[in-house]
Amino acid sequence: MEKLKLVEATQMKSGLPQFRPGDTINVHVRVIEGDKERIQQFQGVVIGRQGDGLRATFTVRKISNGVGVERIFPLHSPRIAKIEMMKEGKVRRAKMYYLRSLASKQIRQKTTSS
Amino acid sequence: MTGILGKKIGMTSIFDEKGESIPCTVIEAGPCYVAQIKTKDKDGYEALQLGFQDKKERLTNKPLGGHFKKASITPKRLVREFRGFDVTKFQLGAEIKVDALFSQGDVVSVAGQSKGRGFQGVVKRHHFGGGSKTHGQSDRVRAPGSIGSSSYPSRVFKGMRMAGRMGGDNVTVKNLRVIQVIPESNLLLIRGSVPGYNNSYVEILKEKV
Repeated sequence: MEKLKLVEATQMKSGLPQFRPGDTINVHVRVIEGDKERIQQFQGVVIGRQGDGLRATFTVRKISNGVGVERIFPLHSPRIAKIEMMKEGKVRRAKMYYLRSLASKQIRQKTTSS
Repeated sequence: MTGILGKKIGMTSIFDEKGESIPCTVIEAGPCYVAQIKTKDKDGYEALQLGFQDKKERLTNKPLGGHFKKASITPKRLVREFRGFDVTKFQLGAEIKVDALFSQGDVVSVAGQSKGRGFQGVVKRHHFGGGSKTHGQSDRVRAPGSIGSSSYPSRVFKGMRMAGRMGGDNVTVKNLRVIQVIPESNLLLIRGSVPGYNNSYVEILKEKV
């Protein structure tokens, strides 16, 4: 196992922000179109984190034009330029799957602190 | 085919230069030591006998102990022969490391003993379709169906695929690609999966180019 971690350590990112399910984050994704590269932002609520080591992923959910959109990002992917912490949430669950069946007003209530 | 001995460490995934995630197996490959050199004059064929991973002297029996002593190396746990090496270039007891044989992008085969699956039915063991779940059938979902004709030949042909012990066979997976070689820690990263459990021994063979 140590040797497996040795291999993974070469590509693991350091200094990632500490974010948890329920937090609102802004993910800067590198999008490569032909030979051009640009940054695309995806802002939403973290609804879960999976795995550990280099294979760790997290799921972000947002409402885009009235449609719920979820994206799963590999945490250590080189295609993720930056993860910005927007707002800390106050939730009691590790997986926020029940947000899928809630109205946006309720989501706001569920994920804000105080 | 030239090759080297190794131990399967486990699987993970790493990112390539495009940022895509690639599934890979980590193998601790070598260092191997030449335990015996087989020559055309003496043995009728040319090969190198390689040993991998030390074992305790007190667990080695005397004939084997003498064999290793001849090559002036410590007793080895795993010993295998590899043809295809230029035997004149190697000395008895010489060390062979991963980076001497493999480099990034090489096509290799990996041989090992597959995971034992125990007694399995035909659906898992031979990929039979099984029977129908519906249409008035009962107890036929994972059944093999007919295993032959009736009064002629009045017997079941040999080799008929049936349920039985699965796995634990020697399996070679061909056309695997080397993703990375880490010489400092003797590690080899291979795209995809290789046979066997973690910590089981494998042979990594170099495909002819």
